[in-house]
Amino acid sequence: MSQVNGVRDQPAILVEGLTKSFGDVHALRGIDLSVPHGTVLAVLGPNGAGKTTAVRILTTLLLPDGGRAVVEGHDVVREAAAVRRSIGLSGQSAAIQEELTGRENLEIIGRLYHLSWPQARRRAVELLEEFDLIDAADRAAKNYSGGMQRRLDLAASLVGHPHVLFLDEPTTGLDPRSRLGMWDIIRSLVAGGTTILLTTQYLDEADELADEIVVIDHGLVIAAGTAEELKSRAGGDVVEFTVPDRQRIADAVEAIASIGEGEPHADPHTGVVSIGVGSRGSDALIDAVRSLDAADVVTRGLTLRRPSLDDVFLTLTGHAAEDDGQPGGRRRGARGRRRGGNQAEDKVEARSRS
Amino acid sequence: MTAIAEHAGPVSSPSRRVQAVWAVSDTLTITRRNLLVWTRVPAYLVFTVVQPVIFVLLFRYVFGGAIPVHTVGGYVNYLIPGITAQTAAFATFGTAIALAIELKKGVIDRLRSMPMARSAVLAGRLVADTGRMTVTILIIIGVGYAVGFRFDNGFVPAVAMIVLAIVFGVAICCISAFTGLAIGDEESVQAFGLIWLFPLTFLSSAFVPIATMPGWLQAFANNQPVTYVVNTMRALALGGPVWPSLWKSAVWLIGIFVVFVPLAVRAYRRAS
Repeated sequence: MSQVNGVRDQPAILVEGLTKSFGDVHALRGIDLSVPHGTVLAVLGPNGAGKTTAVRILTTLLLPDGGRAVVEGHDVVREAAAVRRSIGLSGQSAAIQEELTGRENLEIIGRLYHLSWPQARRRAVELLEEFDLIDAADRAAKNYSGGMQRRLDLAASLVGHPHVLFLDEPTTGLDPRSRLGMWDIIRSLVAGGTTILLTTQYLDEADELADEIVVIDHGLVIAAGTAEELKSRAGGDVVEFTVPDRQRIADAVEAIASIGEGEPHADPHTGVVSIGVGSRGSDALIDAVRSLDAADVVTRGLTLRRPSLDDVFLTLTGHAAEDDGQPGGRRRGARGRRRGGNQAEDKVEARSRS
Repeated sequence: MTAIAEHAGPVSSPSRRVQAVWAVSDTLTITRRNLLVWTRVPAYLVFTVVQPVIFVLLFRYVFGGAIPVHTVGGYVNYLIPGITAQTAAFATFGTAIALAIELKKGVIDRLRSMPMARSAVLAGRLVADTGRMTVTILIIIGVGYAVGFRFDNGFVPAVAMIVLAIVFGVAICCISAFTGLAIGDEESVQAFGLIWLFPLTFLSSAFVPIATMPGWLQAFANNQPVTYVVNTMRALALGGPVWPSLWKSAVWLIGIFVVFVPLAVRAYRRAS
């Protein structure tokens, strides 16, 4: 079997010791990845972590400085043309020609995949139907909603029936409904046998879609595993509550500092305070109620919950997932998610567990 | 369907001949796409068609009367070759802006990640923009005829003048392509990427005789490529010695191609 079908036994994507620097910025400092056929790998990390650099190397847009990357058995440097024949790429912004219609966009991509005109037309219609764009097929893409543009972009990446699909932050900037729609599409592609590498800043997205998750920060893989494995690394259950009076956050942190296994984490903007309590579960919850009552701190929504990938990220990196990983790096602005996006948070943060 | 599956299947390297055919077909596909976009954006059409016409009318009827020339047929005959060259150069604004937009939006990334000929994006852009430029040039000459311009030197030199205008435009187009890719930002390209075209075209023999300029300006205007090209075009259109300015034009144009084609290709390869 392995002699007959050697390529199949290799992973669809294999990355070993990949490095890339831009001047003094070490975007990738030696990452390893392996993605089996027909599975989804989520590459998780803040802006500037190196996710996009990795995708650009794997899609032959950028040459690595060192290490090796193989896609469908083809080296991305030496056999770039063969790699390009087996991949699809959908990026962070919709790479479509806005002045043209959805149909024209797909037909042109089809022609560039060297389909004949009738084949290109047929393929465009197939994809427009599959992605629920057939009613808008003859409207200029600039009049599409954000979600429709992103669907058209994804459709364009599928024109050549790629075996491996790279999705660089496929839902960034989408409204929640479009996001769910995109998730459904990604699931159905995987069901059809496509291998997918997707980058995301959204932990719930990785949790929802990925078979395996790799966490990248500052150009290094700092954790890898299934969502469950990563969560178990976050130190078990979490006690969490909100302090409505922001002045009392410090008191709350002090009150619960001894009930858990690690340091409490407090968000000065939302007033959310959390602490990992390992397997102490309900005992820790009772302790928390007593301590907070004794300290006379009013709280809302005191809960004991399973760890989320947010907690994992915090544990692994010491900063929240949507913070800018690199001080002074380009920021995209706060996105208003829980614990999201403020560098001041790192300074206030009571916790630095390692 | 089977043919589609064939394309998707891995993966034998196509022969060199097939690759060459694909390079041409990809270039034509990109050309077609760019021309389609051009017809869909009214602003582009205005820029390519209406603005040059306004320029012709402005210089012919407003400024022209104040500009003394010793040309058979008067200022309109002096003007049309000059304004044709200027229009060809200005038409390349679109090249730089379009490439900057495509780069920023990730369109070029998408195309470069596909198994198409890598040369086709630049080549298709150049072919489409040359087509666009040719339309503009013909409109200028048409309007010129309507307001009194006449070719005085026979048919073949007239065609040669148009060809020279196109070659000149393509040369500037290469500079624009490089500029657009190197700057990679639409607003910056629009603001200062091609601002050098204004002094280059106006401080030449395109609109006024250089002898009317102050001495220090004449030194520049007499020795720059637009003047050589315009003088050659004028000689071709109206008669007179072609050779002295033609060889200087040729040297300049070849120089521009030799420098900027590799620069544009390199900027495209590195584009990120």
